[in-house]
Amino acid sequence: MTTEALALLVFAPLVAGLVVIAAPRRAAAPVAVAALLTLPFGLWPLTLVVWRGETVQVALAGFAPPLGIVWRVDALALTMLWLTLVVVLVVSLHALTSFPPASESGQRFWPLWLILIASVHALFVSADLFNLYVTLELVTLAGVAMIAIGGKPAAMRAAMRYLLLGLMASLFYLLATALLYGQTGTLDLYQVGERLDDGALALIALALMVTGLLVKAAIVPLHVWLPAAHGKAPGPVSAVLSALVVKVALYILIRLWFWSGGAAGGDGAALLLGLLGALAIVHGSLAAITQTRLKMLVAYSTVAQLGYVMLLFPLASTAAFRAVTFHMVAHGVAKAAMFLAAANLLHALGSDRLQRLVGADQRHGVNVLAFALAGVSIMGLPPSGGFVAKWMLLEAAWRQQGWGWVAVISLGSLLAAVYVFRVVALAFAQPKGGSVRASVGARGGGRFDTTALAALLLAVLAILLGFASAPLVALIDRGLPPGMLP
Amino acid sequence: MSSAFVYVLAASAVFGVGVYGLIVADHLMRKLLSLNVMGSAVFVLILTVGGATPAGPDPVAQALILTGIVIAVAATAFALALIVRMFQETGLTSLRGRDDDD
Repeated sequence: MTTEALALLVFAPLVAGLVVIAAPRRAAAPVAVAALLTLPFGLWPLTLVVWRGETVQVALAGFAPPLGIVWRVDALALTMLWLTLVVVLVVSLHALTSFPPASESGQRFWPLWLILIASVHALFVSADLFNLYVTLELVTLAGVAMIAIGGKPAAMRAAMRYLLLGLMASLFYLLATALLYGQTGTLDLYQVGERLDDGALALIALALMVTGLLVKAAIVPLHVWLPAAHGKAPGPVSAVLSALVVKVALYILIRLWFWSGGAAGGDGAALLLGLLGALAIVHGSLAAITQTRLKMLVAYSTVAQLGYVMLLFPLASTAAFRAVTFHMVAHGVAKAAMFLAAANLLHALGSDRLQRLVGADQRHGVNVLAFALAGVSIMGLPPSGGFVAKWMLLEAAWRQQGWGWVAVISLGSLLAAVYVFRVVALAFAQPKGGSVRASVGARGGGRFDTTALAALLLAVLAILLGFASAPLVALIDRGLPPGMLP
Repeated sequence: MSSAFVYVLAASAVFGVGVYGLIVADHLMRKLLSLNVMGSAVFVLILTVGGATPAGPDPVAQALILTGIVIAVAATAFALALIVRMFQETGLTSLRGRDDDD
């Protein structure tokens, strides 16, 4: 049963993506929707097993490692799969309107979209260093293609830069995989952890692998590709890139560090990763504050929020792990909402320059509301999911007397408040001369359509995560890394 | 000096050349070629670490390289298509300069 469920998660979107390419246009929408709607049925049986505290494990074609490849779903993987499901379903609702499957743009969008979903699923269930490389490459290629989909020069350049850096990062990762395989004779994540000794070769391999993943995860100072790539991509694409695609690299990094002996890098390396995270929080937030375009502001906010995840490495306690995993979910939902709302405002106003937002609340109230609600979670104000995540992280840092981390977490929230309020204040400001200038270049803005609904739905979910955090925390607790401090 | 050591040294040198080319080159085609050079270095390294065992060549290493080559070909084809498209849209073959838009 669980084997079929796992296969469904990966192959339903993959096959649907290929069918959409080949099938006649009018078949695109039913095929895509049908594939998306089967995904919960794949995830549910897995959830039942993991909730009992077990791990789903499938050796593909019956070959055990080191020769064969294993798919494995534990609580961390399941949490990420649930985040993927929720974000993907709601963003698809947006895409059904913004990229109609039967249209020219939809014909380009939907195959890539479905293949991206299949790749992300395959990545989260992989428990094999090389399989992770293949899926990471697939995710990157699909992501790059989707950034370039609109054909605007700025987007093409951003996609090109992302592609080159992404391929370079993949090769760093592959080189490290080769070294680790040479030393341990296995590619299985857990076996590598057991067999790794802490010699110079292992350290070089870990350094290469971590560097590659930091590029993919856009951690300062290796974030240079992210703002343009996420800021210039079409709305649904930005949403899923920020919510899921960058998290994918962080997921592998966390796996590597706490499950595969990456911590052999030592306290110094962990501290360095934490400091990079702190730098990301400060730099990303300050850069977001100085942006003049809404989508670029949101993109820099992603740079900042990813920094919080890095604080897990120096803290290295189960409390911090719980907080950071919760943060990845909360940020994923809130950031997808923010990007969708920003894209809707851009579409309606004809430009996403911040000055154009003046008076937007009158004509585009739903989108402004969605942005503000998501902003509450990003700032970490109660009662949102972001608040719960940051509170747990503060508590974890406090308990270990990491006053520096406490200061950085608090500063990050303060700076986030500045850039979120800047947008919200402009949107609620009275336009000069009384008339709403937003009508210039407006394209059917005031309507309440599915694009606005999708943004609002995710924003409400981001808030609800704060009220209903218990089940998610309980799920995360079923898959804590082995041998961690409480 | 064992033969494996020579291979490792060669792979590292070729990888370094690739990284250098990727950073220094201006034309996108050259950057892409540099990535391919880096890839070749990794394949040599995999062949070295999993090369000859007493029982014969390691099948896992062979499979990794084969898969790696397929991915490298696909990624290269995709990058070439993107370069051509970018040239058609912007007339540029490098990433120099600032992003200007609207």
